[in-house]
Amino acid sequence: MTDQTSLQYTAEHEWVLVEGDTATVGITAYAADKLGDVVYVELPKAGSVVSGGTVVGEIESTKSVGELFAPVDGTILVANAAVDADPSLVNSDPFGEGWLIKVNYTALPTLLSFDEYSALIAE
Amino acid sequence: MTDPETRYSPLHQIHVDGGASFTDFAGWQMPVSYGSDLSEHHAVRTTAGIFDISHMAEILVDGPQAGEFLDYALAGRLSAITIAQAKYSLLLNPEGGIIDDLVVYRLTDDTFFVVANAGNRFAVASALTERAENFDVRVSDLSDAYSLIAVQGPNSRAIAEATAGITEVSVPLDELKYYWSTDALFEDKPLLIGRTGYTGEDGFEFYVQTDAAASLWAALSAAGEAYGLVPAGLASRDTLRLEAGMPLYGHELGIDSFPAQAGLGRVVNLKKEGGFVGRSAVEAGPPHGSHLLVGLTLEGKRAGRAGYSVVTDDGNQVGMVTSGALSPTLGFPIAMAYIDPFVLENGTPVFIDVRGTRIAASVVDLPFYKRDKK
Repeated sequence: MTDQTSLQYTAEHEWVLVEGDTATVGITAYAADKLGDVVYVELPKAGSVVSGGTVVGEIESTKSVGELFAPVDGTILVANAAVDADPSLVNSDPFGEGWLIKVNYTALPTLLSFDEYSALIAE
Repeated sequence: MTDPETRYSPLHQIHVDGGASFTDFAGWQMPVSYGSDLSEHHAVRTTAGIFDISHMAEILVDGPQAGEFLDYALAGRLSAITIAQAKYSLLLNPEGGIIDDLVVYRLTDDTFFVVANAGNRFAVASALTERAENFDVRVSDLSDAYSLIAVQGPNSRAIAEATAGITEVSVPLDELKYYWSTDALFEDKPLLIGRTGYTGEDGFEFYVQTDAAASLWAALSAAGEAYGLVPAGLASRDTLRLEAGMPLYGHELGIDSFPAQAGLGRVVNLKKEGGFVGRSAVEAGPPHGSHLLVGLTLEGKRAGRAGYSVVTDDGNQVGMVTSGALSPTLGFPIAMAYIDPFVLENGTPVFIDVRGTRIAASVVDLPFYKRDKK
């Protein structure tokens, strides 16, 4: 179980785990619940250069489509092949097995703390 | 969230306790899912699901001229159905546009029960009331007094038969044919059971007085435990009806669509004697070149969704998707769309523009899914 208090968050309902110069990114349980059962993900290819705040992928449920934003500037190291094969991981383990991308970041913006994000979704 | 106009089902607390998430549907807060819309969908295809559709509108038409009146007010020949029979019909405006699609049950010689979409309740009630002016008939909106629960799926008959409190069933459920109904009692209150539904599976719809709805839901759920019954929300209801090729008002049907465009020409009875509202417009037919409703399938996993454009390979828009999803049962994307008939006649290849990516679509016959009839 990932310790959610150790993660950082965005207002777009993504979580970011920073380890060295790598940021691992996924969507929060709140976002996964809102989407419903995820049936398809479109993730950026390794090596793609991304800039923070831009749309880099899509997360589709039976009833709607969510956009994946890059929370940081950098280069995609890897997209989660397990989620590509089994998109339901985004619902069953959004903070763990359901991670989406790892980014080698060049700049880290100010992100939300667990408490700040919790307050945001409680609104 | 505290909109005073928001309506709640009499089963709302049960859904809250069951962990449902909710969506606004025609002003009602209704369950969208109880956790996993996909597993609810699969349950209906393989075991059974129970749906709260209490938001649907029920309008009673009774009087010596009820049959004649409905022949005039609706597109079908309702006077021809026998007691206990149900019929799918359309309420048209004089221009041939669709005010609503309906299911009509004949309860007695002089009594019909008209079931309308929640969002069209007042439009249907007022159109019927206006049209009743010259008939010896009464139109009563009973929507608040009645609730509707559907049990759908291959195990639905076994569940209905095992449900405690349902008694005096006039027609045994194993003899009840599709689109027929029977009266019964539930805890000594009147119950109408229709072998009808909106999922493409065998199933039953239970019309019950609102004050008995929670008790009936509990009794059906208890009986269903042994048969894999799960509560199912509107998200799975939508993918189920889409696979079954059933139109949804506001998507495939609307005030600007003619029955023939939606493939519902058979629902309009032009052979019936006398006039009916919309007759001359339907006889004249939709304008030349009016778009037609078709089924589309796509390769891959990305769905074409409501509002997406249908285009040819040179980028010309030739249609619009009205409903679409990755089919849970079939595993590929399906959609219904209105398309230019010339494109269909010529067999011109078409594509759905999925957020900027053109995906090749095949035009197929509806429905996408048909259950095996045993």
